[in-house]
Amino acid sequence: MRANHPLNRIEYQVMWNRLISVVEEQAQTLVRTAFGTATREAGDLSAGVYDTTGRMLAQAVTGTPGHVNSMAMSVGHVLDKVPLARMNDGDAYIVNDPWQGTGHLNDIVIVTPTFRRGTAVGLFACTLHVVDIGGRGIMGAAQQVYEEGLYLPITKIVDRGEINQWLVDIIAANVREPVQVIGDIYSEISSNEVGGRRLVAMMDEFGLEHLDDLARHILDHSREASLEAIRKLPFGTYHNSMTVDGMNGKSMELKAALTIGPEGIDVDFAGSAGVVQNGINVPLCYTEAYTSFGVKCIVAPHVPNNAASLATIRVTAPDGCILNAKHPAPVAARSIIGQMLPDVVFGCLQQALPQGVPAEGTSCLWNVRLMGGMGRVDGDPAVLAKATPFNVTSFHSGGTGARPKLDGLSATAFPSGVRNVPVEITETIAPVLVWSKEYRTDSGGAGEYRGGLGQIMEIESAEDMPFGISTSFDRVVYPPRGRAGGKAGMTGKVEIVSGKSLPPKAHSSIPAGERLRVSMPGGGGYGDPRRRDPAKVARDVASGLVSEEVARNVYGVVLTADFAVDEAATTKARMVAAAE
Amino acid sequence: MPPVITPESGVSPDAIRLAVDIGGTFTDVVLETPGGSWSAKVLTTKAAPEDGVLDGMRRALALAGLVPADVGLIVHGTTLATNAIIERKGALTALVTTKGFRDSIEMAQENRFEQYDIFIEKPEPLVPRPLRFTVPERVDARGGVRLPLDEKAVEGLAETLAARGVESIAIGFLHSYANPAHERRAGEILANRLPGVRLSLSCDVCPEVREYERFSTTCANAYVQPLMGRYLENLRQRIGQAGFACPILLMTSGGGLTTLETAVRFPIRLVESGPAGGVILSTWIAERFGIDRILSFDMGGTTAKICIIDDGKPMASRSFEVDRRYRFMKGSGLPVRIPVIEMVEIGAGGGSLASVDAMKRITVGPESAGSDPGPACYRLGGTKPAVTDANVVLGRIDPDRFAGGTITLDAALSRAAIEGHVGIPLDLDVTLSAFGISEVVEENMANAARVHAVERGAELEGRTLIAFGGGAPLHAARLAEKLGIADVLIPASAGVGSAVGFLRAPIAFEVVRSRFVRLGNFDAGSINAMFAEMAKDAVDVVKLGAPSAPITIGRSADMRYAGQGHEILVQLPDGPFTAASVAELRKRFEAGYRTLFNRVVPGVDVEVTGWILRAEAPAPGRAIDRGPADTRAEAPRSLSVGSRTLFNPAQRDFQDVPVYQRTELATGSAVQGPAIIAEDETTTVVTAGFTARIEPSGAIRLTAKAAALQEAAQ
Repeated sequence: MRANHPLNRIEYQVMWNRLISVVEEQAQTLVRTAFGTATREAGDLSAGVYDTTGRMLAQAVTGTPGHVNSMAMSVGHVLDKVPLARMNDGDAYIVNDPWQGTGHLNDIVIVTPTFRRGTAVGLFACTLHVVDIGGRGIMGAAQQVYEEGLYLPITKIVDRGEINQWLVDIIAANVREPVQVIGDIYSEISSNEVGGRRLVAMMDEFGLEHLDDLARHILDHSREASLEAIRKLPFGTYHNSMTVDGMNGKSMELKAALTIGPEGIDVDFAGSAGVVQNGINVPLCYTEAYTSFGVKCIVAPHVPNNAASLATIRVTAPDGCILNAKHPAPVAARSIIGQMLPDVVFGCLQQALPQGVPAEGTSCLWNVRLMGGMGRVDGDPAVLAKATPFNVTSFHSGGTGARPKLDGLSATAFPSGVRNVPVEITETIAPVLVWSKEYRTDSGGAGEYRGGLGQIMEIESAEDMPFGISTSFDRVVYPPRGRAGGKAGMTGKVEIVSGKSLPPKAHSSIPAGERLRVSMPGGGGYGDPRRRDPAKVARDVASGLVSEEVARNVYGVVLTADFAVDEAATTKARMVAAAE
Repeated sequence: MPPVITPESGVSPDAIRLAVDIGGTFTDVVLETPGGSWSAKVLTTKAAPEDGVLDGMRRALALAGLVPADVGLIVHGTTLATNAIIERKGALTALVTTKGFRDSIEMAQENRFEQYDIFIEKPEPLVPRPLRFTVPERVDARGGVRLPLDEKAVEGLAETLAARGVESIAIGFLHSYANPAHERRAGEILANRLPGVRLSLSCDVCPEVREYERFSTTCANAYVQPLMGRYLENLRQRIGQAGFACPILLMTSGGGLTTLETAVRFPIRLVESGPAGGVILSTWIAERFGIDRILSFDMGGTTAKICIIDDGKPMASRSFEVDRRYRFMKGSGLPVRIPVIEMVEIGAGGGSLASVDAMKRITVGPESAGSDPGPACYRLGGTKPAVTDANVVLGRIDPDRFAGGTITLDAALSRAAIEGHVGIPLDLDVTLSAFGISEVVEENMANAARVHAVERGAELEGRTLIAFGGGAPLHAARLAEKLGIADVLIPASAGVGSAVGFLRAPIAFEVVRSRFVRLGNFDAGSINAMFAEMAKDAVDVVKLGAPSAPITIGRSADMRYAGQGHEILVQLPDGPFTAASVAELRKRFEAGYRTLFNRVVPGVDVEVTGWILRAEAPAPGRAIDRGPADTRAEAPRSLSVGSRTLFNPAQRDFQDVPVYQRTELATGSAVQGPAIIAEDETTTVVTAGFTARIEPSGAIRLTAKAAALQEAAQ
């Protein structure tokens, strides 16, 4: 390419688009070859391309904001340990260190250098969530990371094209589902190889010897675009705090101070609760990921993720704070608290952008993690010996917060972007029967715009055996709050249908013949419910989403027998309410 | 497979045949006779589409001097079903489902199709919650009955459904693909009590695992069934009254023809018939040219569609989304699982609008100016620059001769729009800005083609690009350069390509069964029995349209490593399976897997999740050829009818290039790029890297000058 020709600007952008397409191909390969349901059904993965100094240039848009910055940083950690000069064509490195990877041991990162004509020109990284990594489970009783499973520091897994079978055997021997886990690792290795091949083909086509100039172009423009969006906001420091259920009946406060300035946005979590004994602690890399995601959704949703755009959002939390847990704190269930962070950030941004952010939502995923068989559930060993051993996670969600001018989304993941696992698939791979999976009436917070509804699932063993659930749920005590006069969404609960309530963050057993019921929270409402269009309330009642009592008492809408709005009675009810 | 001509298909090889394609705006009719072909274009008559059809058929017949009784076969494709869904104008439809699963079709995948936009709205299901009913019953994943069907509840439901005035009912129970007994029984009860109401059973429409996709497909079938049933039955009557005495066959989205009766049962299988016709045409052209690896490229006003064709077979798939509302994004539409020709659709057409984003990047589409106001140069009030405006500025379209001179384009308006929306924000002159727009739209299409190829394990290099639709010839050469393609074919009069394609389609029907079988415990006997049943089902349907034609059976399977969630499609060997087939199946699977993903996974069992069988009878009647090949040894000289200034990216500047009239180029003429070949409907850009030649069929064939291809890429 000739330097400084105006045509270069067009060519750079064509190459930038191409690079984004390369990482999409890389991510597609991962989705299509992965074994664990998290990746294959739910899209819980990330993929990206890096320059030779470890700066992320492009990332595929996939289901998991939790990998946003964390995976971006992991390549830097690999290069710190193994300089590029010591890497060979065909090598690949593995790491699941929560502080160098993406926040807990179940996320395995693979980093692969790409060579062209014998020279390293860049790196590819990807990460996915494996179904099991040994240890005591996601919401187990672990009090240190040592108890949470197999810990892989940065290690070489492929050497010049040859799989390191010794290491593969060690991993296989330490996890409960070796076929799925090893299959997933193979899938990651393949996906980076596919990415590498496409990158080399692209460099051949454009006649590029290195990515340096393209990297500069991408990073400069991304930084400028991010800052331009940030500079449109009123500068200042905005505070918010949100109380979540926490652990063992002890609630905790998450506090943020968000400062908007000409050089970016700084978010500091000083004043938030300290680390706890169980694995809901969050490594800083994961705090950064969900915080940046929350900011980006509101401030600069269209700027692609890369080293420069992410650098305009800086996140800090004091040492020992639950949002900056240090080794060897247990962190397996870090997503529960991590996924709450966009709501905390929205509360700050609402002050800068009064009509620009949604109400609080369910936020943490309500994944139904079930298991059965000997050693996985309480029961008579003689009986359990006949049970099918299994371990299955299906991804489910409550409601999201109402948006300014729009209702919230019912049973929809946010901030996580994962997809659910179809009931028919869960029942094909595990001996369970799902008897119900329907919207939960009145769970959406009332408002001029209604919060999204949660859902209720009822589940039983398909072979009349006891089975277990490992819960990692929040919003059971403290509901998602409404905004601008909107009401809170309904809190969630976990119980045995015959009556016994189960803890939201623990492992529990459901006796044979009993059914488990999981009732998921609804999102908060937006605006005064008495300003909601009565026709919409009538439609919600006719659809069974809102009960007649709530319509009358909370929305001030009175309906006739056939779900039509009784105009006179409604006007009166609303006037009375306004006078109170 | 060459088109075998057999009188056994029930249609004489010399029969006069009519093809009718109802699109959103136009209804195209093509008439083929042994003596030649004629076509007519009329406006689609939305209220009663059969009016437009009959009008178009009469016009085409008049051109040929024929009467309806002369016609031996009518082949018909239509977007009516698609439009009914997009415009939400289908029947009042109810869903009857398993107790506890009232919301499956609305919860969908519980995700957001766009990660960073917190203001998205999810697609509304076709059946709203008040019309979704549940009954106690339960079948498990192996087909075992866990809770018998509560027949009383179904009977009770009949009254409610009647009282609500429901016109069509979808029945979808959990795991009905494994055991359809409950669905069938519920269907019987409702059919007895509600005569005249249409019923769609998920075990018939889409017998595949994954409840959301299956129920959604069944609801879509039910939703369009009354409308399509009425239309097709009316049409049969009207053409009878008009004096046609021939059979009528319907084009399906899978690229095969089916009978009117089958179309009335499964109208959802007709949704993508128009684009399928275009691909069939490409397949046929490829066959005639003896080319086995094709990339079919159709570019119109708002979107471009790309399809990979190998050895005469377009890539097939069973997943499709209707009505993608958000930037054509995956997940923003309603899924239907039916046999479809797999195509990528990109928001890239002549009307696609260009702008500059926050990163100072030119973006093109998917927003489109449509035809009103259209691109700025149309002088209809559009002020934003469209791809057509860029082509005007770059000298590729002659403003005075657009659409045969019926519309005069205003190049000054194109320049102003591009300057204002791209040039000034980027500090680029208007020509480079226009070039940027063109490059970006071509790059978007190239990237979509590449990602698609990766997903399907296909290589693009070395293919032949077959380009049709108004926009394709303008961009085909550059797209080919970006994809490493050295051979491009632009067929003559491709404006009615879909309808022509209908006449080349085989009579075919595909059936599928979800049954999970690990090769580790493969039972040949039960699989053979299942395939025998499937073959009977499929052949019965094909025989309706081809009573005594030779029918070929093709079988394939969705396979994966046990524990994976996505399958690859593997062609199965012919003939019955034996215990020894296991090794062959594994070999075929791993060969496909290695092509796609580079390496196989050792020590893992392989599992089949879906079994597919397609029965096919040859296309009825004889395809019309365009006369003998040109045998003149030396190509005649081409005469340029003028010159135009064209931007040459290799030289980074404008240069004068010759313009040729396509109609005046004799067979065998060669044109060296850079040049322009103009015609009424479109313009073919021959870049510097290509030489164009007029083929005997009237097609333009572009061949890369070998060295130039590499140069252009750099």
